[in-house]
Amino acid sequence: MKKITVFKKGFMDVIPLTIPVIPFGIIYGVVGVELGLSPLVTFAMSFIIFAGSSQIAFVQLYTAGASPLVMISSVLAINSRHFLYSAVLAQYLNKLNLYWKILLSYLMTDQAFSVSLSYFKKNQKKTFSHYHMLGSGFTLWLLWQISTLSGIVLGNVIPEALGLEFAIPLTFLSLIIAELKKYDHLLIIIISGAISLVTYNFPLKVYIILSAFVGLVAAFILTTKYKEISE
Amino acid sequence: MIWFWILIAGLVTFFTRYSMISFINPGSLSNKTKKILTYVPSAVFPAIIFPAVFLDKQGLLVSVDNPQIWAFGIAIIVGYYSKNIIFIITSGLVSFWLFSYFMN
Repeated sequence: MKKITVFKKGFMDVIPLTIPVIPFGIIYGVVGVELGLSPLVTFAMSFIIFAGSSQIAFVQLYTAGASPLVMISSVLAINSRHFLYSAVLAQYLNKLNLYWKILLSYLMTDQAFSVSLSYFKKNQKKTFSHYHMLGSGFTLWLLWQISTLSGIVLGNVIPEALGLEFAIPLTFLSLIIAELKKYDHLLIIIISGAISLVTYNFPLKVYIILSAFVGLVAAFILTTKYKEISE
Repeated sequence: MIWFWILIAGLVTFFTRYSMISFINPGSLSNKTKKILTYVPSAVFPAIIFPAVFLDKQGLLVSVDNPQIWAFGIAIIVGYYSKNIIFIITSGLVSFWLFSYFMN
């Protein structure tokens, strides 16, 4: 398959998932400027950090006068799920050269990870399969920059009453909908979700990585048990 | 000073993404580790989904008559049968609007 075809496939696969990215980017832009950051700083964060939830947390903590240590550790806690994505993708991207690894790491997001992982699983042997993640990652990156800019420039264009942020859990639901039919995955989903509700108010927003950790421990126990049964 | 901390935040974030891609040799991963890694989406995404559906802005559990719980239920049913991303997001959003309108 040609590079451009794979790139386009990545673009097409990620497009449905960008629905909440646009309002989210606009919300971030609005919040940044409203909390008193300059438009340039607000926009630069989308470029330099490029991770929505952690950007909003950073802005909130910074303008509330939190210490840099708290700000940076919150960013780390929120984005630590990338460690896991990175470990999963390593199996497919390990052979690429340094520049590709740096580029695709920079472009790694929940959505690009999810759609490109499905593609990699089905197309392991193809030489240009990494162009899929270039397509999905770049599309998301571009939309994030544009929507952030729109938020900064246009102010509060999307009425809050529309509740568009509800599209965020719906997007993540669509990323694991196929797993709901597998009992082992369903169990992990319920465990991780329950832990996240219980630990949501813990400091530094550790609930995401904490829930993921407990979920993976459960997966570990499950696979160990399953192996014993099958042997 | 803010520029310095943004840069640090950017580097930290990049490191979380770059870390394993660069330092893990997939050949060194056992089959069991690879198997457990297939559970990553199921272990991470619920932590983003559940609080957004079941908690309010103060971090308290919402009541059973909250529109977003019902809309989320509709989206699960639609998704379970269609497996279509667009259907899930639109059915969820539209039913959220309808429930919000009629339950108010």
